[in-house]
Order: sequence, then C-alpha cells, then structure tokens
Amino acid sequence: MFDWLSWFTRLDNSKIFSLLLFFGTFCGIVIYVFGSRRRGRRLESYKHIPFQDDEPADRHDAPAHKATDGDER
Amino acid sequence: MAHSAAAPAEQYNYDIVRKFTIMAMVWGVLGMSAGLYAASELAWPFLNFDIPQITFGRLRPVHTTLVIFGFGGCALFATSYYVVQRTCQARLPSNVLADFTFYGWNVGVLLGVLSYMAGFSQGKEYAEFEWPLDLAIVAVWVVYFYNFVSVIVRRSQPHIYVANWFYLAFILATAILHIFNNISVPVSLTKSYSMYAGVQDAMTQWWYGHNAVGFFLTAAFLGMMYYFVPKQAGRPVYSYRLSIIHFWALIFLYMWVGAHHLHWTALPDWVSTLSATFSVLLLLPSWGGMINGIMTLSGAWDKLRSDPIMLFLITSMSFYGMSTFEGPLMSLKSVNALSHYTDWTIGHVHSGALGWVALVSFGSFYHLFPRLYDTRIHSTKLIYVHFWLATVGIVLYITSMWVAGIGQGLMLRGFDDYGNLAYSFIETVEFLHKPYVWRAIGGAFFVAGILLMAYNLVMTALDARRERSKLEAKLAAKLART
Repeated sequence: MFDWLSWFTRLDNSKIFSLLLFFGTFCGIVIYVFGSRRRGRRLESYKHIPFQDDEPADRHDAPAHKATDGDER
Repeated sequence: MAHSAAAPAEQYNYDIVRKFTIMAMVWGVLGMSAGLYAASELAWPFLNFDIPQITFGRLRPVHTTLVIFGFGGCALFATSYYVVQRTCQARLPSNVLADFTFYGWNVGVLLGVLSYMAGFSQGKEYAEFEWPLDLAIVAVWVVYFYNFVSVIVRRSQPHIYVANWFYLAFILATAILHIFNNISVPVSLTKSYSMYAGVQDAMTQWWYGHNAVGFFLTAAFLGMMYYFVPKQAGRPVYSYRLSIIHFWALIFLYMWVGAHHLHWTALPDWVSTLSATFSVLLLLPSWGGMINGIMTLSGAWDKLRSDPIMLFLITSMSFYGMSTFEGPLMSLKSVNALSHYTDWTIGHVHSGALGWVALVSFGSFYHLFPRLYDTRIHSTKLIYVHFWLATVGIVLYITSMWVAGIGQGLMLRGFDDYGNLAYSFIETVEFLHKPYVWRAIGGAFFVAGILLMAYNLVMTALDARRERSKLEAKLAAKLART
C-alpha cells in the first residue's frame, strides 16, 4: 500500500524532487510578491504598521540633562 | 526620529518587557565579563589559579550561556513581547504566564551556569544543560509560544507585521532544535547520554548548533531590526516586499547548512558539499536583508551624524553583512581546511555576536528603555562613548583573531622540503600569545562599553522615578489647594 513511498528513499529521486518542490515554492513566492502592482501596493502599505499606535509628541528622544551633556538633540 | 511614546500601562504589558530588559543587562554584564576573564586566561594562564570552577573549560560555557541565552534570550523575550503587542495592538493574554516565562527562563540560566561551574555538562556546544534543565526549558518555551501566538490571534491588525514572522520562526525552530538535539538517556539526575552516536551525534549537534546561530541569533534579531530600525529612523522599512522574500529565503536556506561545521570528518562528502552550497546561497537573503535595513535610512543619512542609537543600529547591520560574507567563505571546503580548529572561527563568531547581535540589541534597548519608563535617556553623550568603545573593541577582537587563526592554520599545515611538519605544536601556541593579549584588550573595551550602558540605563530609571515623584507632589499640592 505504501510502496510508492520507497520511491522517495532513493536519493536520485528525492534530491530532484526536493529541488523542484522548494525552488518551485520559492519562485511562487517571488511571483506572488512582485507579480501584481495592486498586490505590491497592498503589501507595501503594511510597512507603516509599526507607526500606527504612535503619539504625536515624543519626549523620549531628547536626553534628560541637555545642559550637562551639551547635546543639541 | 521616532515618534512613539509609552502607551498607557493597561493597554500593553510593559512590566514583563522591563523585567526582561533589566535581566538582559544583568546577564550581559556578567556574561561578557566572564568572556573577558576566559580570554585573559588564555593569554595569561596563571589566572586559572588552579581553581577548577573557573578554569577555561568550565568558564567558557558559562560565558556562552550567559551571553546567548541570558543576554540574547532575555533581549529577545523583551523585544518580542514589546513588538508583538505594539504591532498587533493587543495585550499579552496573562500576566501570570508572562511572569512564568520570566522566572522560568532566568532561573534556568542561573542553574545552568552554576551546574557548569560545578562540572556538570552534556558536553554539547551551546546545549550543555543537563536533562532536568532541558525539560524545564521546554515548559517555559511552550508557554512563551502560547503567549506570543495569543497576541497574534487577538490582534486588531488584519496583517501580521514581518518582525513577528521572524520572531515566530525563531520560537518554532528553537523548540524543534532544542528537543531533537537534547534527546538523551538519563542515568542520574546530573548525567545523561545522547541518544545519537558517532557521526549522527555530531551531525545532530551541528544541525542544532548552526541553526541556533540561524534562528536564535539571526532570525530573531532580524525581527528586532525590522521593528526598531524603522522606529528609530522615523520612516518605514525600505521595501516590505523584499522583507517577505528575505524571510522565506532565509528560513528555507538556514536549515541545511549546519554540516559545514564538520568538513573533512567522517561525514559523507555529499553532505559536506550540500551544506557548503547552501551556505553560499545564504549570502543572498542575508545581504538582501542587510540592504533592506540600511536603505531604510535612504534620504535621511544625516541621522547618522545626530543620532547615536542609529549609529548602533546601522553599524550592527554592517557587521551582519560582513559576518554573513565571511561565513559562506569559511564554509568552502578548501578555506575550511585552513580555518577550522583555529581562532579564525572564534573571530568570525564574535564579529556576528558582538558586531551584529550585541549592537542591534544595544540600539534597540536605547530606543526602548526610555519608552518603558516614560522618560528620556539620561545621557546621549554616554551612548556615543559606548558606541566607540564597542566598535573599537570589536575591531581589535576580530582582527587579532584573524591574525591568530590564519597564522595558526598556516603553521599547522606548514611542511618542510622533506614532508615533515615545519612547526611543532608549542610553536603555534607561542605565536598565539600576542593576538590573545590584543583580543583580551578588545574584550575589555567592549565590557567597559556595556558597563557604561548599564550605568546610563540605571540613571534613566532613577530619573523617571524622580520625575514621577515630582509630578505626584505637584498633583497632591494642587489637590490640597482645591
């Protein structure tokens, strides 16, 4: 019943099979990501996610002791 | 510059992020100091003082465990909990379960290093924990996975931000690696034997060992990069589509390369060749990711002149690029014949560990810490000083190890006209003394840097406490007047 599995145990078969499987999948991902302009725009819009819960004012970037540090930031 | 601020305490669990950040710094200081001491022992062996607990053989796993699992692990717990909550805009499901990962992980690291110093070890590199600790780590890891995935499941965002993909891949892969490499037969509470034997044991160990580098020390820290570089730069990542390709290519290729640690051994030759081929291919996603990170600053390069945190982050990516070029080079069988079993390997590891992992963590922590305490960093000038101490330290470290390793490799395979070895072993040891001294000096620079950072962060937390007390006093006075 499971004799067909023995086909995979031969390295000559499994090497080519895995090459085609993984390389095919990778090509599929590349085509999916770069294949459509509309999808591309949608995917690129996700890059703004880290900024979506921001607050306008940011007091964390300036040093606490400006005067003593002599820092202009 | 970034424009984020600490969200109200009830929205996200920042307490767990703070705890892990603090412990990362504690383990970082201890682990890097242990590394400096171990390096000094190699340069000046009298530092062993004939005390078994601090001989190089025991101190070395103490160093690696503290910096990888103590510093690196806590940094990843802290940043992953922070990033997943903020990018999914959902809170961790349970404070108790979050605390369980904190106490479980840190007690595990502590017991691990104490057991190494007492002489208990599985003898597997980066997996020296004996079996009871291995089992405890599995329990902590399963809860960590549950915590992380729960936030993703309850997210308010339709899309899962790419940083979380990297973190999740790290959590899943680490679980698989840890479980399969540590399968062993216990004979007592403190002793076990690996289930694998001979070359299979070596193969499993380096499948684990290199993927610990690939998933623990690379993929997870790339998650850190994909969140903190854009946040600190105040602009989104250069190309989101490239980050997707980066992720899948990296995840697929890393799993195959571990065998390059076993060139010229009993390993079948085709496995060696396969791992070298995949190692060379790995250069493409590695550099793609590095370029994506660095190009995030495109159009805002001036930030490198005004923002020391950005210096840390961009320099970390440069070291990432350098060490991911050096890695494939060293995986070639002909180069490996010279480099393996020499200090070149140690130099390579540290250009990645110090240059990439530690610098990106430092940069992320400098961004994160003031936000966790809702204050400003105590001193920007000290960040600059830290940056230069760290950078000079790394350069001294890796150049001395290049000299040591390449010199050692050439001496070990030098022959005279009659086919005899040109150098005796002790001559190679004598040759190594000077590079070892320079390596220790480089390490001292790096340790000085993290000590400064620890001071700066402690002062930042104290500043925050002072600010809060002042505010509370003002409020109390106002209330008293009304």
